[in-house]
Amino acid sequence: MKNIVISKKVEQMAPSGIRAFFDLVLGMKDVISLGVGEPDFVTPWHIREKAIYSLEKGYTSYTSNKGMIEVRKELERFLQKRYGLSYDPEEQILLTVGVSEGIDVAMRTILNPGDKVLIHQPCFVSYGPMVDLAGGIPVFLDTESKNGFKLTPQQIDRACDRKVKALMINYPCNPTGASYTKKELQEICRVVIKRNLLVISDEVYDELTYDFDHTPLASLPGMKERVIYLNGFSKAYAMTGFRLGWVCGPSKIIAGMTKVHQYTIMCVPITSQMAALEALRSGFKDVADMKKEYMRRRRFVVESLNEMGLTCLNPQGAFYVLPSIKITKQNSLDFAKNLLSRKKVAVVPGVAFGRSGEGYVRMSYASSYENLKEAMARLRSYIGS
Amino acid sequence: MDEILEILSKDARISPEEISKLTGKSVAVITKAIKKYEQDGIIVKYKTLINQELLQENRPLVRALIEVSITPQKDVGFDYLAERIYSFPEVVSCYLVSGAYDLLVVVEGDNIQTVANFVASKLSPMENVRKTTTHFLLKKYKEDGQVLKKSQQRKRLNISY
Repeated sequence: MKNIVISKKVEQMAPSGIRAFFDLVLGMKDVISLGVGEPDFVTPWHIREKAIYSLEKGYTSYTSNKGMIEVRKELERFLQKRYGLSYDPEEQILLTVGVSEGIDVAMRTILNPGDKVLIHQPCFVSYGPMVDLAGGIPVFLDTESKNGFKLTPQQIDRACDRKVKALMINYPCNPTGASYTKKELQEICRVVIKRNLLVISDEVYDELTYDFDHTPLASLPGMKERVIYLNGFSKAYAMTGFRLGWVCGPSKIIAGMTKVHQYTIMCVPITSQMAALEALRSGFKDVADMKKEYMRRRRFVVESLNEMGLTCLNPQGAFYVLPSIKITKQNSLDFAKNLLSRKKVAVVPGVAFGRSGEGYVRMSYASSYENLKEAMARLRSYIGS
Repeated sequence: MDEILEILSKDARISPEEISKLTGKSVAVITKAIKKYEQDGIIVKYKTLINQELLQENRPLVRALIEVSITPQKDVGFDYLAERIYSFPEVVSCYLVSGAYDLLVVVEGDNIQTVANFVASKLSPMENVRKTTTHFLLKKYKEDGQVLKKSQQRKRLNISY
């Protein structure tokens, strides 16, 4: 067919420079990669074993659209115990294909054409495009290193007009590692309530919070009725390939989201749901062990980077650092390309996470200590050359 | 377990400087702690885990697990006889266990014959050793928490968001 025309929105999506860089990395051998957005641990054996066993037993069918009730009930117990959050497993919990699907479905469920969504930046790559595809308008709020890459209540307040419907927040944050203490969240909540906003809260890195306890936004007074709480199994249990997340929220929103979800996904794979049951029932030790390991690597990487002049904040969560590359006088894409071609170390250019990510690169410390050591040595020699 | 010990238990060759970077404790504190652990006998020894099966130049050592039933003795219980047994250099490990027998003795030798000789001429004739059952080890899969087979590196995408 000649002159195929696809959706304008889709055509304009995703910066092509970054895509080309990604392809370059993926095609190269013997790269030490700090560019990976997933744990370097394999899913704990007892969880994998449970998934295998479910296949042997013949669990290969569809499940209810929202996900198996056993899993939702287990989640209810888990959230109650972990955070004192109470959600009705029948009406307020939906299992999704990772948090990624949760974001998409949430946007499509709550937005009418022209509705605005506030999003902090730098941020995970999908938030803006998902708002856009759902007919909304993303409004980016730049977060700065001097504020620890955190949104301030004033910033949110100033950005609000009548068309602003929701705030999209992610903490601990990919790519900045920023997170919020309970007190900081309370201040944000005050503005959110005053402005009557919904909040889509992506808390997928919650279990990897290092310096204080994670507080789910929905657990704060007056918030449960307006928070779409997104989380998943990928990061805490090293289950990225299982593609399993969950959404909790007000019944009306979950009912709406379930409609969208049932037409696009039907239900999440049953094998992943069986694995999730095991993770929820007895995964806590795995989480604690992995967290301890990440904390050590974080210390090592942050200290090494600051020593060589790539200044970075101590990330409060997740497994990323976002060092400034100002001293190299290169933009983030050039820095990443040069580092790759000269030293075979892969990092993600900060600009991939929005314009305010320019001047930074994201490095993941979800990599073995040996790898990190070698990567830091190569970086040091790159900076020195 | 103390963090320093935990790190060393996974990699005995890691330097105090590196431990310092991982833990945030000063090098001096770490060096002092390690010295104290060594003096107190908490750190007993630093060893290398070798996969004997891959050694080409030599015939690998033969290892046997021997279940030993003994008669405990007045005042000294099992300890006296255990000491007499574990003092043989052929004995690699010796454990007192609950269950159908008393001591689990791990013995290593150049070949089956040396191990068999040890059992026949040294272990079994000992006074108060009532019974022995010898199991020759055929293959090691995992030792000290370490899977010995070099696992295929699982492939993650080299870059992702």
